Amino acid sequence: MATILPIGHMIDTGRGTIGRELFVAPEIYRQELEKLFTRTWLFVGHESQIPQPGDFFVSRMGEESVILCRDPQGSVHVFLNSCRHRGMKVCRYESGNTSLFVCPYHSWSYTTDGRLQGVPLYRALYEGQLNRGEWSLIETPKLHIYKGTVWASWDPAAPDFMTYLGDAVDHLDQVLDCRDGRPGGSEVIGIHKWILPTNWKFAAENFLGDTYHNPSHRSVDMIGIGPSARAGQTGRRDNEYNAGQHIWVSFPQGHGVHSVWMPEAFDYQPSYQQYPAVDEYFRHCFHERQKRLGDKARIMPFTGNLFPNTSYHGRQPRGLCVWHPHSPTETEAWRFFLVDADAPAEVKDVLRRFYMRYSGPAGMTEQDDMENWLYATKSSTGTIARRYPFNYQQSIGAFRHNDPVPGDVSVQITEQNARNYYDTYARYLQGDGWDSLLGIGPSVRRAAE
Amino acid sequence: MIAATVGGPEWFALKHDAEEFLYMEADLLDQRRFREWLDLLADDLVYFMPVRRNVKFGQHDEKENTRQGEGISWFDEDKWTLGKRVEQILTGVHYAEEPLSRVTHMVSNVRLLQVTPSPTDPAEIVVGSRFLVYQNRVEYETNMFVGRRTDTLRRHGESWLIARREMILEQNVLLAKNLSILF
Ligand code: FES
Ligand SMILES: [Fe+2]
Repeated sequence: MATILPIGHMIDTGRGTIGRELFVAPEIYRQELEKLFTRTWLFVGHESQIPQPGDFFVSRMGEESVILCRDPQGSVHVFLNSCRHRGMKVCRYESGNTSLFVCPYHSWSYTTDGRLQGVPLYRALYEGQLNRGEWSLIETPKLHIYKGTVWASWDPAAPDFMTYLGDAVDHLDQVLDCRDGRPGGSEVIGIHKWILPTNWKFAAENFLGDTYHNPSHRSVDMIGIGPSARAGQTGRRDNEYNAGQHIWVSFPQGHGVHSVWMPEAFDYQPSYQQYPAVDEYFRHCFHERQKRLGDKARIMPFTGNLFPNTSYHGRQPRGLCVWHPHSPTETEAWRFFLVDADAPAEVKDVLRRFYMRYSGPAGMTEQDDMENWLYATKSSTGTIARRYPFNYQQSIGAFRHNDPVPGDVSVQITEQNARNYYDTYARYLQGDGWDSLLGIGPSVRRAAE
Repeated sequence: MIAATVGGPEWFALKHDAEEFLYMEADLLDQRRFREWLDLLADDLVYFMPVRRNVKFGQHDEKENTRQGEGISWFDEDKWTLGKRVEQILTGVHYAEEPLSRVTHMVSNVRLLQVTPSPTDPAEIVVGSRFLVYQNRVEYETNMFVGRRTDTLRRHGESWLIARREMILEQNVLLAKNLSILF
């Protein structure tokens, strides 16, 4: 296979440099679409968006539009949103309920399990030629639902989702589980979609564990916009984790998280202080969670990124964000805001208000991220700029294995998660097999067998 | 409460008064006199910009816009958060507005939609308008935000306070990276 740009030379994680081409070059971007987004598991939506048979939600995988829907039997599917006849987008609503997707162009129609049903003038024009069974909507060969979240992959050979997720699951669980530790139980209360003129990896990397960019949020930290700000507390969220050890963990599948490892015994930190009922609710959840999870309750989440482009905020705020590529220098961001489905209305109201002032294009915190990503992308497109790689030397070598949680763990701010991410990324762009993509070396695999 | 109908010198005077208020308010924002702008907001202000969705014909009333008071919108705020937004800009390190954007608010199609209790004694009025907000920042970054506004203005001495502002931005996927300016 002809490699147009030598990935190996652009990614040197031993030295700690990454070429700027990765963030601006159309040739690299093409390869990402072909070799990476066609293989990885990608987040497409949440079951709470399609509770009933016939419910659909139009999502994206990579650059392409897909339909997430539930068929009459209750099974969930993900289809490419493109008619098999001439490619027209068969669904241009964002969500709804239907028994058929009727193509606006020549009116072929598809059932919610993807089958081609209606072909106008079939008898007169197609009889004996067109076999309807062969012209269903194109469906992802792989789909998995994990605690309400729906994931899909275009690669029939992709490993099952749980293998792909690996030990990052313990951290993702802190996003998806109820605040009192019951498994799952979240719902999507709304979505933001917006366009940002940046390379998608700037955003992914930010959530992967770039805690070093904290100074860019100085303005919100100064003025205080957190859930206790009205009670006079500065900062952009409550200090729930005062007693804990921050950890930055990277995983062989390319995921990276920033979590906190709490001490063996730790107590509830008052939060949501201008809303006594909400404070009380979270206090109750805290104790329930400790009882239910035991030692696992020691993991508390900040942010993370599941390879390649699904990021999360774990708690304050709480949601999943997908960075959909549009071009080397343009990204469409979709943030799904989460709450416990059975939380009291008053709690949900306080949370949604906090989410809106924190996150997204109108979010006082995230606006500053977007400014940085835009101008970092723009000023890396130049001929001279592209001769000089980015620096990724922060905390090289400063991590340990599986202590105190599985993965490569750093207890200091680090770019190890990013170095690991680009090592994984390089393996996709080189077209490696799944063992390599999962970080399983041949020797490791043999030993396991 | 009466629906405002065209007619009579009081009605025209009131409409003119409301227009002058909206233009003055827009000018305060464009001149970056943010703190003075905050003084025009009622303490119980509702400031709301829904997300607009692509829905099937016939479902527009029910599903096109997110609703104030539930779920996630672009803005569903009160005076406190707007005060925070102003405070943030004035820190000088809110990089999304540092350096400050250049902004012009165009307000047009002003109509009196409701007058309470009457044009001669208007305690509260509902004013419809259109906005075209031009934002240019740093060198090449330009955004146009176009849409409809419905404002509830409450009489306050010789002037008005904004008690409710609903902004319908005519976009689905937001085409700007940020909504870092005030509408
Ligand atoms: S493109 Fe869909 S029916 Fe022709
Ligand atoms: Fe950030």
